Amino acid sequence: MQVFRALLRHQAGRLGLIVIGVFSLAAVLGLLGLTPHDPLAQDRLARLSPPNGTYLMGTDLFGRDIFSRLMVGVGQSFAVGLLSVGLATIVGTVLGLTAAWFGGLWDGVAMRSMDVLLSFPAILLALLIVAVMGPGLVTSVIAIGIVYTPIFTRVVRGPALSLKTRSFVDAARTFGSSRRYILTRHLLMNLIAPLTVQITLALAWALLTEAALSFLGLGTQPPHPSLGLMLSDSRNLMETAPWMLIFPAIVIMLAVLGFNLLGDALRDIFDPKSQERTP
Amino acid sequence: MGYVLNRIALFPLVMLGVSVFVFVAIRLVPGDAITAMLGTEGGMLTPAQRETLTAYFGMDQNWFVQYGRWLAGLLQGDLGVSVTYGQPVLEIILDRFPLTLELAFLSMFIAIAIGLPVGIYAAINADRPSDLIVRVFAMIGQSTPNFVVALLAIYVLSVGFGVLPQMGRFVPFFDDPIGNLAQLILPAVALGTAFAAAVTRIARAAMLDVLSEDYVRTARSQGYSQSYVIWRHALPNALIPVVTLSGVEFGYLLGGAVIVEQIFALPGLGRVVLDAILQRDYALMQGVVLFIAFNFLVVNLLVDLAYAALDPRIRYGAK
Repeated sequence: MQVFRALLRHQAGRLGLIVIGVFSLAAVLGLLGLTPHDPLAQDRLARLSPPNGTYLMGTDLFGRDIFSRLMVGVGQSFAVGLLSVGLATIVGTVLGLTAAWFGGLWDGVAMRSMDVLLSFPAILLALLIVAVMGPGLVTSVIAIGIVYTPIFTRVVRGPALSLKTRSFVDAARTFGSSRRYILTRHLLMNLIAPLTVQITLALAWALLTEAALSFLGLGTQPPHPSLGLMLSDSRNLMETAPWMLIFPAIVIMLAVLGFNLLGDALRDIFDPKSQERTP
Repeated sequence: MGYVLNRIALFPLVMLGVSVFVFVAIRLVPGDAITAMLGTEGGMLTPAQRETLTAYFGMDQNWFVQYGRWLAGLLQGDLGVSVTYGQPVLEIILDRFPLTLELAFLSMFIAIAIGLPVGIYAAINADRPSDLIVRVFAMIGQSTPNFVVALLAIYVLSVGFGVLPQMGRFVPFFDDPIGNLAQLILPAVALGTAFAAAVTRIARAAMLDVLSEDYVRTARSQGYSQSYVIWRHALPNALIPVVTLSGVEFGYLLGGAVIVEQIFALPGLGRVVLDAILQRDYALMQGVVLFIAFNFLVVNLLVDLAYAALDPRIRYGAK
């Protein structure tokens, strides 16, 4: 609650909250099927119509409503983003915490494995995983999740190493607290701030990666709408139907911008010293 | 020197890990090289024919033997032969790499040429309206995917000026420098936009940090001019994070710009990766992915070394 209030006072944070709030609403409505038109319905008499009273953002080559398709597309993107970042957060945190706590061989194995994953540019690793698993939504979630796991592992391991040697952890040990209790209650609780910042920024990257995969035809499969696919479809029609390009472009920019603003604001709030510092 | 030596010592280990990862990943891809090569005709093979082919590709051996053979080949520069191109994998890579390299350099040039001065300017004018404008644009730039910049640029050029980007056959720089640059400028801008925004933000932040340091304040109080203090004291230290960031981004770009290359129909490494995946060309996939990871690791190692050279605190093992 405190963080939320601080976000509202923070200029960029407020803006980010509003943008993400609006998009989340659209996403939920889109996923629930509460769109103005059926996103898959083809109105053959209204193919490629410019924005008008019936179709707020115009229609595509098949006469499908772009506004409704964007709502569902944002829903898909957010769902993939949340699930994949959630996956990366859980796996990365467990790996980072245990690596820091047990040290030794396990630390070496875990961190060198993360080094291997970090040796690939993000999109390349995602493509490799898609090649193994076949394209689709579930694959996108797993691929993006794996790509961002090492970042969370590193974010957690560093601070966990220094927390481990602090006197309150020793005290807890002396009192006979269980390992699990110390790891979750003392270490994890103190890592919530850096994790929150990282999760928000990772959501922005996840949206970009998901859009990139579906742009290449390796994410969401047609006829289901997704931001990347819609942009890809607009390529050959941008001169006759620029609305097919402009609206999805604005939507993806704003969504990523929203998460970036939130992430920056959270960093300012949790760590006032590092204002405006990019990772 | 502990830090630098540690990084260099880890390099072969991580590279070995990468090769195992790529080897296993490719073997998990559904289907095999025979089906990929023959397509549906693969189903018409007699068991004996299939066995012969399996032996020919070395697939009758277990994974350890296969990996050993592959690694031995790698060390002799043999990455195998691409089924779809009918060419050695290394030849394909070396043929496509110059384009990717040039594109990466152009993008980095654009990013630094714009990002560095703008970031420094914003830091010097911190919290004035001009700084605010810079920050807003940098934030928007960083949030715009490169393929969106690419599409919007094509749109603006074709509708606003009636010009279409030059696609089709790629013109090497040494054959026709002007034609080559005309072809690569738009892709470089698309790739350089978010990069420039990132450089702007980090240059601004680093400069702000340095400007509040004691030694800068001391220099100012001694009566040195503003520009002398900035050029002589602040800039060299503010450059360190800019070098690091640019190096890492450059490493990413060496992996090929999969989508931007596809949009502009450029035959770079990104296109090869995508083709290899779509065509299920295992040898090619394996070789290209390994080549990109190798470059990425080398660039990151060089960035680390440069960082250590620029910042003595790192060099002597302090964190």
